[in-house]
Amino acid sequence: MSKALARRSPAQIGSAALLCAIALVWTTPFLWMVVAAFRLESGGSRDMASLLPPLQPTLENFALAFESADFAVYYLNTLLVVGGILAVQLVTISLAGYAFARLDFAGKDVLFTLFLLQLMLVPPILIVPNLTTVVRLGIYDSLLGVMAPYLASAFGTFLMRQTFKTIPRDYEEAALLDGARWWEVLWHVLLPLARPGLVAFSIVSVAAHWNEFLWPLMVVNAPEKRTLTVGLASFAAGAEGGQEWGLLAAGTLLVALPLVVAFLAFQRQFIDSFMFSGVKG
Amino acid sequence: MAAVSAAAGHQAAGRWRQSLTALQARPYLLLLPSLVFLVLFTFFPIIEVTWASLFRTAYGQHSGSFVGLDNYQRVLQDGAFRNAFFNNVFYAVGTIVPSLVIALFLALLLNDSSRFKAAIRALVFLPTLIPLVAAAALFSFIFLPGIGLLDHYLAKLGLRGFNWLGDPDIALASLSVLTVWKNAGYYMLFYLAGLQAIPSDLGEAAKLDGASAWQRLRYVTLPLLAPTTGFVAVIALINVITAVDHIVVLTKGGPNGATNLLLYYIYQNANEFYDAGKASAATVISVALLLALSLLGLKGLERGAGRDE
Repeated sequence: MSKALARRSPAQIGSAALLCAIALVWTTPFLWMVVAAFRLESGGSRDMASLLPPLQPTLENFALAFESADFAVYYLNTLLVVGGILAVQLVTISLAGYAFARLDFAGKDVLFTLFLLQLMLVPPILIVPNLTTVVRLGIYDSLLGVMAPYLASAFGTFLMRQTFKTIPRDYEEAALLDGARWWEVLWHVLLPLARPGLVAFSIVSVAAHWNEFLWPLMVVNAPEKRTLTVGLASFAAGAEGGQEWGLLAAGTLLVALPLVVAFLAFQRQFIDSFMFSGVKG
Repeated sequence: MAAVSAAAGHQAAGRWRQSLTALQARPYLLLLPSLVFLVLFTFFPIIEVTWASLFRTAYGQHSGSFVGLDNYQRVLQDGAFRNAFFNNVFYAVGTIVPSLVIALFLALLLNDSSRFKAAIRALVFLPTLIPLVAAAALFSFIFLPGIGLLDHYLAKLGLRGFNWLGDPDIALASLSVLTVWKNAGYYMLFYLAGLQAIPSDLGEAAKLDGASAWQRLRYVTLPLLAPTTGFVAVIALINVITAVDHIVVLTKGGPNGATNLLLYYIYQNANEFYDAGKASAATVISVALLLALSLLGLKGLERGAGRDE
């Protein structure tokens, strides 16, 4: 260790210091959130900005948050939306990814380009016509309406196509010679081998839809159908209006916590997934 | 379907012949589930919104009257639209350039596997995972005048009197800070992946030739990262045009339109002013803009793909 330290140049030490500074700045909002969420507001809010942990941590802000907003319902709705989108996506992207990776057919290039288009024309830009469609399909103000625009994923299709392409054809040819049908090959041979791609896509998809806001805000009207982000927005407006910053911090923590905990537990997997998704995108 | 299951018992050779039609239809059947949703929520909406942009519908009515390009004229002459457009340009430059520079800088410094660096990578990446709405809620306190986090600590340095989100001159810059904080760690990942794809002997060869660290970065690393930069720029561009959650939560486009962006303008016209014609015309303009800019950036991406394969 001392040997390694001695080898370090001033430039290296300087860059390490700079890194620490950046990490500090980047962490401060989170630090404040955690500290403020567990701190009781003391008379006036003069020291609300203090980053020192409270001497007597309290769960009062969380109790108040659950009282003033239906976080349990928001959680359930978000889980349904995120889970529903992912379940359908895994089917659509596996089938389409398989077709683009393994089969030859007329119009393949045109269809591939059409898929490519959706990478750029992400649903948020099309909120106005999509809202019309959702109303016309009779799924306005429903969780299904929130999910609908995302059930096919060009990004996922590409990811699966690339993943299938890295699998040698020998495996499936052996299975086909043994008399297996194509879906048996897909289900028993290709999909198990494509697990890294499926996991990477799942993580990115869950993160994206957990955080989605503008579209559910437009589609959902009834308070009991709000997702976490939509619920948080109105909750935060209330807390802000009442200058209840500890409450705001607690509510924000509740919404951000699940993904942050999952990330801390499966860091490598998250980082790899997001990296993988970019390189293969 | 019956032909397919009847064929199940036959020899492999016979099966191939019998299911030839099934074989030809199969790719399209596999693509069908995806295509249904893509058509419903991507392709058809583009036609629909283009069509709708040619009509003017009074609120509460179902069909409007054909007005040609009148909606486009109204949008282009609308000061609020032009304002949102220029704000979006400013916001794009003010967030993409710093995000990419910070992302590249971090990637260069964090590109090895020590535990310390892994921890910093994780910390910087963390904002990517929280909802933009949650980030906005946190920043509502950070930017709070007087007692907020930022002012509290700036006051200790003797700096006072800012109104981060209330002053039209700096509100958009303040929001840009939030965006950079949220996204730089995400873009860093792509640069890390890009750096890992560069053969290390290239840098070492340049080193042997006497190139300084700066020269190696300028003439070896950066050119090889150009496809990555193109790719990240496209992602960042899509982000600045399609992510306005923080505007909804923090400023609602204010003060005085200072933070209005294209998508928020569309949202306002659709949801608050019920001006479907204007919202549609603005959507068409934004879609065209997004496509044109993405295709430009994709050239960088194609070069990158060529290198990968």
